[in-house]
Amino acid sequence: MNTHNQLPSSHSSVESRFASGFLKALKKMNKNRPSSPSIRDTYRRYNFIRVSAYGLMASAVRPGRAWSHATLWKIRNRTFHRALMKRSRTHSLTRRVARGNPRNELGCEQVNDLRKLVPGGEEMKFCRLLNETAHYMKCLQAQVQIMRNIVDHYST
Amino acid sequence: MSSRRSQSTQPGVSRISDEQIADLVSKLQQLIPEIRTRRRSDKVSASKVLQETCNYIRSLHREVDDLSDRLSALLESTDGDSAQAAIIRSLLIKLVWSNWSP
Repeated sequence: MNTHNQLPSSHSSVESRFASGFLKALKKMNKNRPSSPSIRDTYRRYNFIRVSAYGLMASAVRPGRAWSHATLWKIRNRTFHRALMKRSRTHSLTRRVARGNPRNELGCEQVNDLRKLVPGGEEMKFCRLLNETAHYMKCLQAQVQIMRNIVDHYST
Repeated sequence: MSSRRSQSTQPGVSRISDEQIADLVSKLQQLIPEIRTRRRSDKVSASKVLQETCNYIRSLHREVDDLSDRLSALLESTDGDSAQAAIIRSLLIKLVWSNWSP
């Protein structure tokens, strides 16, 4: 039970883990920056920040979440994953046609869109997909809020 | 609410009861800000909730991209990070206050 003196601990510790890890990564990246960055350097920094944001959030949550597992796997196996995606693009179309239309009123198209958006969503059962989506959205919101706060802090 | 269990006609696609779907959909409904601000009595269709979820996740992704872009630009101009502890402290205070609901 939440008393007035107690603060919600489980979610805020995920956020504090993410925040401190993210700030450390930014500091580390900033140490080795070139004095006159090329366009490629700038893109690299942008991409590094983006990927580490997603990766650090995925590491900050407790294990047992399929989406965080899928995110970290994607990041760690980037080149392998890219080859896999190229190969599966020809297969995925045939797979969708074979599945047919589900009975319930939920549009097949929207469920497929959701599966593409949530990491690891392609192979989940529908019930689990909704669960993972809810958790993923909460963590994404927290991630965005923290990044927003950091940007505000640096721009003042 | 009637709970109808339908037979699974296709392998790998599990049919779950409508109650479970409704329960999970209402969970998603809580999280999406646009839907949450409407009156609770308004019934939103499940497909609308899914659609709004996809749109919301896409907008969050776009915002992460945009914030990363701004961060990389901001970091190029700042030097050193002596204020890191102060940042963490102010972040955590903000987070704790925004999450706390008595």
